[in-house]
Order: sequence, then structure tokens, then C-alpha cells
Amino acid sequence: MTPDNAAASVDRFTAADPLYRRRKAIDRAMTAVMFAAAGATVVPLALILFYLFRNGLGAINLDLFLLDPSAPGRGGGGVRSALVGSAIMVGLGTAIGTPVAIGCGVFLAEFGRNRAGTVLRFLVDVLAGIPSITVGLFVYGLIVLPARQFTAFAGAVALAIILIPILARITEEMMLLVPRSLREAAYALGAPHWMTVLRIVLPTAMPGIMTGLMLALARIAGEAAPLMFTALGNQFLSTDLFHAMDALPLRIFYFATGPYENWHQQAWAMSLVLVLFILGVSLLARTIVGSKVTVRQ
Amino acid sequence: MERPELIVQEPIVQAPAAPEPQRRDFFQVGTASGRVERAERRVSVAVEDVSAWYGSKLAVAGVSFEVLAHSVTALIGPSGCGKSTVLRCINRMHEINVGARVEGTVRLEGADVYGPNVDATRVRQRVGMVFQKPNPFPTMSIAENVAAGLRFMKIGTKSEERDRVEEALRAAALWDEVKDDLNKSGMALSGGQQQRLCIARTIAVEPEVVLMDEPCSALDPVATLKIEDLMAELAQRYTIVIVTHNLQQAARVADYTGFILLEQSDSAGHLIEYSPTSDLFTHPRDKRTEDFITGRFG
Amino acid sequence: MARKGTPVGVEAQRARIERTPLTGGANLGNLVFAGLMSVAAAVVGLLIFGLFWELTSRSLPSIQASGFGFLWGTTWDPPKGIFGAGTFIVGTLITAVAALVAASVVGVLVALFLVEVAPPAIARPISYVVELLAAIPSVVYGLWGVYVLGVFIRDHLGPWIDGSLGAFIPFFDGEPRITGIFSACIVLSIMILPTVMAVSRDVIAAVPGSQREGVLALGATRWEMIRTSVLPYARSGVMGAAILGLARAVGETLAVTLVIGNRVGIPHTIFDPAYTMASVIANQFTEVENEMHRSALLEVALVLLVMTFLINVVARLLVWRVTNGQRVTVQE
Repeated sequence: MTPDNAAASVDRFTAADPLYRRRKAIDRAMTAVMFAAAGATVVPLALILFYLFRNGLGAINLDLFLLDPSAPGRGGGGVRSALVGSAIMVGLGTAIGTPVAIGCGVFLAEFGRNRAGTVLRFLVDVLAGIPSITVGLFVYGLIVLPARQFTAFAGAVALAIILIPILARITEEMMLLVPRSLREAAYALGAPHWMTVLRIVLPTAMPGIMTGLMLALARIAGEAAPLMFTALGNQFLSTDLFHAMDALPLRIFYFATGPYENWHQQAWAMSLVLVLFILGVSLLARTIVGSKVTVRQ
Repeated sequence: MERPELIVQEPIVQAPAAPEPQRRDFFQVGTASGRVERAERRVSVAVEDVSAWYGSKLAVAGVSFEVLAHSVTALIGPSGCGKSTVLRCINRMHEINVGARVEGTVRLEGADVYGPNVDATRVRQRVGMVFQKPNPFPTMSIAENVAAGLRFMKIGTKSEERDRVEEALRAAALWDEVKDDLNKSGMALSGGQQQRLCIARTIAVEPEVVLMDEPCSALDPVATLKIEDLMAELAQRYTIVIVTHNLQQAARVADYTGFILLEQSDSAGHLIEYSPTSDLFTHPRDKRTEDFITGRFG
Repeated sequence: MARKGTPVGVEAQRARIERTPLTGGANLGNLVFAGLMSVAAAVVGLLIFGLFWELTSRSLPSIQASGFGFLWGTTWDPPKGIFGAGTFIVGTLITAVAALVAASVVGVLVALFLVEVAPPAIARPISYVVELLAAIPSVVYGLWGVYVLGVFIRDHLGPWIDGSLGAFIPFFDGEPRITGIFSACIVLSIMILPTVMAVSRDVIAAVPGSQREGVLALGATRWEMIRTSVLPYARSGVMGAAILGLARAVGETLAVTLVIGNRVGIPHTIFDPAYTMASVIANQFTEVENEMHRSALLEVALVLLVMTFLINVVARLLVWRVTNGQRVTVQE
């Protein structure tokens, strides 16, 4: 190799080479684009939070929590009925959905290493992606029509159906994360299968499952679509499970579509309360087990 | 409820081949053997022509040996030879793997553990197991870990349970180190302490046989020594079968030793030789055993 | 070391042997356990079946009355009993696909950034932000979409688009208002961004390191590595992620109901109001004019269900192919 050739070949790896410079420039440009896209995701969240605080904070007062909605066109009033209703239906929905979801997750983890398990796992994933409004109509046909009555119970069932696929898959994943050695230790002590699962595997997976439960709860707390045709909404305070009941997301929808300024303000205030609740629960859930919730190899 | 028959007989150990004068002692062999002479010579576990599969893959082929009550029996061999699989066949832990299968007979005090109507969990209640890596239950305290087996079987009242926990921890030589921290998590202990906790957990349910699957491989030499000392103690009350890749360990603790090797013909583990430890290490009958214990392979 | 209650040695073993016979009845606990878990699993399976059954049987009157014409008829006149869902299907597809294109481009870029470029100190907060976007309820997006975004579109963004692009592209030439498909597209793309991003991120992270090293060892820059090895490998999974986002956009209800303007008819410009399948149900179902109207709305829900079901099946299969059935992401 002559000295000239050597110099030329060194050139290929330095900024003097035009091809190299162009490739490097494209690389930098694309990195910048990716960075910008990542930065752009912050904008909508910031804007939403900003307007929630700006428009909602002023309407948060004691009346909001202690009074029921006022008649249309009359100022004042609050959203007590919606707060109470949301608490009741989310609570009941969680209570109905959790046992089924955990049972289904345990089934997938313990008996699901076969074709039936694969099919069920697939169905659960698909159920998680089905629009919540169709779930609302399903429960409408299943419970509301036969009973000839919009009921809080029907609303809770609809919320439970939304919760089940989310929690079932989290339960399965969390159980599969439990080290096999613990399971073997229990077997070696003579524990039968069911005891091994209930006494060792489930308790060990419990922090992760609790996180999943909180995330699922946060999710159903914000759902209005499944409640529109089941619990319907109710501007009066009701704790009767077999009557129409109000819920926060429903009340936000009704107030947002109404023509009155104080309704709009209260819709913002309710949204702020709801979002803070949901974000709080989500963040709390994440700090319990950190990044464990997202399962990767 | 049928009472299992107690079989009292000599173990199948062929007389050692005539000593060859030029063979030297490769290892200093422990004096543990004397213990077996004193105790009743009863076969506790008889492994008869056992083969084990993972799916369609044969892992262990036609292994037979007998374990005397109150003895320490070691299984040695290169890694991947199937010695752990043999061990796991004894208390039916092999079958918890998906697709795993066992053929042959394992007799526990004469009763076939693979017989009809035999419940694997009952077998495991009588044949305990200590694993390679210490695996205390992370959601339980030290005391709860030791009591776990008792609670699974619903044995004893609270106060009996406390006695058993203390007893088991003493027997595992751990009591003095943890007696003030019984309510702390088992995970807070050192590796060696965790392994002794697992031993305590195993013996708390008073099994007849304790299987140990390379119990010291994750431990430092000091912790290893403690557990080896413990084995001699434990053999007074239990029958011990240990799998180890550490030849010196087998020589130090075991009364009988079996050598398992992967054979090229079927790439499955076969029991090459099974003898009193002193014979196996000083006068191996098989060339392959000799190659292994002299470090020519494995 | 003999302690109370524990005989030592030979006697102890004899006692232990007698205590636990090997044989016993089948383990009742295991049967009960397996039974209960199977029941829970069956309930979930039945839910899917029940969804289809219930919606099909309730929409039978409408199916019999309208036949397949229901899918492409553009007249929706409840008092006269003429029901064609064509305009809703068009409205749904326009908004969902437009939102999907926007969200996919941004979502995949963000996912690449998080996996391939960003150090953990930056990747974590950005992941957080996207997860928080996913946690905000649909109805809050709707409220924000009407009173903040909609107003901004009417007063600023809309007139500008109308004046620039609208001058030569008819589709952009309209009268900007608060609600319409343009607002719906923007809100939807923000809402499905977390789904697309999170699934793409997991798919891209599942690309084996050896794929990257092979190309880097040939002297590729990072972008060349992404383009020639990461994206081709993850392609089907990323497509799956996008299609999962599509399913969400198709089924999204309240936010869309609030911002799309709710008018029957094929939109001619991006500022026109329209209906999606979900929004027509939300808007009309509580005030149905007759039994056939109710049945027709239930048929719309059935079409929506079948559509999202099929989209989901395709998407899940694509994603599963890359991640081997590993759970992809927790929050949809």
C-alpha cells in the first residue's frame, strides 16, 4: 500500500469524507426528529393539565362536594351525588370483577400451558380491546331490559367487565414472575398444588397484582360509556343499588354538553378532581413495585 | 390403613474387587461409615430400574441402588449427567416439570411411591428436599418459614408449632443466630443461614429422608463446612441422599457413593458404580469412575 | 440432643413411617381449586360469547328489516324507520385512520427514541408522561377538546389551514368550527398515542441485540442500524401496535361524541361535523324514538363490535409473533 492510498483510506473514517459526512448528518437529523417527537408528547399532557387547573380550580369549593346538582339554569349546586355514585359503583365493580379476574389469571398461569389456555389468553386480550360502549349495551340487554330499570348494579357489572381482562392478564404475568424455586420448595414440603398457589405463589405475586388492581381501578373510575345505558345518571343522591345512580364521568359529560356556564365550570372542577384521583392512584401503584408492571424479557 | 412392611436386609453392595496394591488413596475418606454398622441395617429407599424423561428426551436410564436408613448417600458425576433428576425421582419432584415422565419403581420402606393411589404430596411429606439455591419464602418471617410445612399439613397447635420451630432451628444449627429475629424476613439472612433455614424448614415436618440437591454450591467455604457438619448430625435422625459436584464433599460426608455418567450410546445418565464411599474412592471398579475421581474429565 | 416429644433415631423413624401412609384419597383441595379457577376462566370466555349473542339477538329486528343495506345506506331517519349506518361507518373510518397515521408516526419515533437513543434518565420521565396520557379519562379529553382545542381551531388553526391549504385542496376548504372531524382526529391521535407508543416500545425492545450488533459491526450509524435491522425485524409487531391503536380509535366514545359535532351525513371538508358509530349510539340511545330505532342502534354496536374484534385479532396475532406471547403492556 502506497502512502497515498493509506491516506485515502484513513479519509473514509474522518469528517473529510463526503459520504461519511452525509451519513452522519442523516443520523443526527433523525436523532433530532426522534427527540422532537418525544418532546412533543409532553405538550398535550401539559396543556390538558394546565387548562384543568385554570378552569377547574376556581370552581372547587365545599359546595361542590356537599350539594347535589342544581336544577338546569339555576346557579350553584354541587356534584355530591356523582362522587358518591362513582365511589359505590367503582367499589362494587371492583368487588365483582376482582375474584373473576384473579381466578382467570390463576387459571392461565396454572392450567394455561396448553391450547385451551392459549385460546383463553387470546380472548382475554381481545376483550381488553373491545369498546366500552358495547360493553355498556351488552349489560343493558343483559340486566337493564329484563329488569325494566336502570340500576347502579348494572353499572357496576359493566365496570367489572372492563376491569376483568386488564387484571386477569396482570395476575397471570405476576404469577409467572414468581421464581420456580419457591414453588418447588412448597411442593417438596408436601404441599398440594392448591396450597402452593394460595399460600406461596399468590402472596409472593400480591404486590404486583395490587398494582394491577389499582391501575384497573383508575381506569374504570374514568369510564362513562359503559354507565350511560346501565346506571344512566341521577341528579339526586342515591345509594340504592337498584335505582339509577350518578357517576363523576357521566356528570362531566352531561354538564359539558349543557348550555349553562356554571355547569361547564363544575365539569372542569370534576375533571380536575377525577384526573388528580386517577393520576394519584396510578403513580401510587407504580411506586409500589416500580417498573415491574411492564414485563419484558 | 395398611402398615408398610419394614424390609430389613443387606444393601446391594457388591464386595469390593480385590485391592490392587499400587492404587493410592485419592481422598481422605471420612469415618462416617461406622455409624451404619451400629444402626439397624434397614433399606430406607430402594431405587429400582428407574428411567426418567423430559418430554421425549431420555435423561436417566435404568438406575438402581439402595439407600440404608440413617446413612448419608452421595450421588456424584459431571454436570448434566442426570444426578439431580435421579434425586428428584425419589420424592416425585421430577413429574412437576411439564411433559416429564418416570418409569421404574422407587420403594420407600418397601412401599412403591409410584404405586396406584399414591399421593405425591404424601410422598414429599416423608421425603423432604433441600435445593441448590436457598429458597426461603419471601413473604414469610423466619419462624413462619420453618413452620410452613407444619401449616401446610395442619399439624399441631400454636405452642407445639413454636416448639417444633425452635427444635428444627436448633437441629439446623441456626437457633443461636436467629432466636432474637424470628419475626424478621428470611430473606434478610446470609446465603449460608438461608440454606440452614431451608434445612430447618425441611426437617420441621420430621421426614424420614432428606434429599439435598447440591446444597452448598451457592455457598462460601465456611458456610459449606457448617452444612457438612450438620449432615453428620442429621444422619442420626434422618436418611440423607445428597447430590454434589464436589468430590471432596462426597468423600467427607457420605457413607455410600454412586457415580452417574452420561453414556454416549443413549446420551442418558447411567449409574456406573455404587459402593461404600471408601471403596469407591480408593478402589474404583470401573475405569470411568477412576478417570472421574482422578480428574481426567468432568 | 433429645428434646421433648421427639424420639431419636430408629424409634423416631418407625413412628414417622406409621404416621403418613403413602396412599390416600384423591386430593379434594386440588379438585375444588381447579374447579373454581376453571369457573372464573369460563366466565371470561362466556363474556365474549355473551357480548356477541346479546347484541346479535337484540338487533335481529333491524337486521331483518334493513338487511345488508344497513352497512352502506346513508339515510338515517328514525321517525320514518329508515336506517342506514353508512355515514357512521365512513365517519368512524376517516377519524380513526387519520388519527392512526398521526399517532403511528409520532408513536414509533418516540418508541425508537426510548429504546435506542435515550438514556434511562430521559426515557423514564417520557414513559411516565405517555402513561399519564393513557390514564386521562375519555370524557376529560372531550371536555378539553371542545372548550380548549375546538376554540383554538375555530379562531386560529382552522382559518390558517383554510387560508393556506384550503386555497388549492378542496378537502381543507371549509368553515372552521369548534366541533368537527378535524377536532376529533386531533383528540383521537393524542388518545391512541400511548397505545401505539407502549406496544411499539415493547416490540422494539424485544428485537435481539445481535440484530443490532451485526449491522453496527459493519460500520452503520445508529439511524442506519434502526432502518436496516431494528425496524424490519420489528415490522409486524409495530404494525400490530398501530392496529391496536386503530381499534381504540374506532371504539372511542365520549371524547369523540363531544368533539365531532354529531350530524348525519358524509363530511365534505375536514371541518364538517359528522357521526362515528360509537358517538351515534352515545348520542341517541337514551332517547330512542321507537323499537326499531333502538334495534338499529344495537346493530350499529354489533358492527362496531365485530369490527374492533377483527382488528384486535389481527393486531394481537402480529404482536404475539414478535414478542412470543409475552405480555406486551399493561395499560391499553
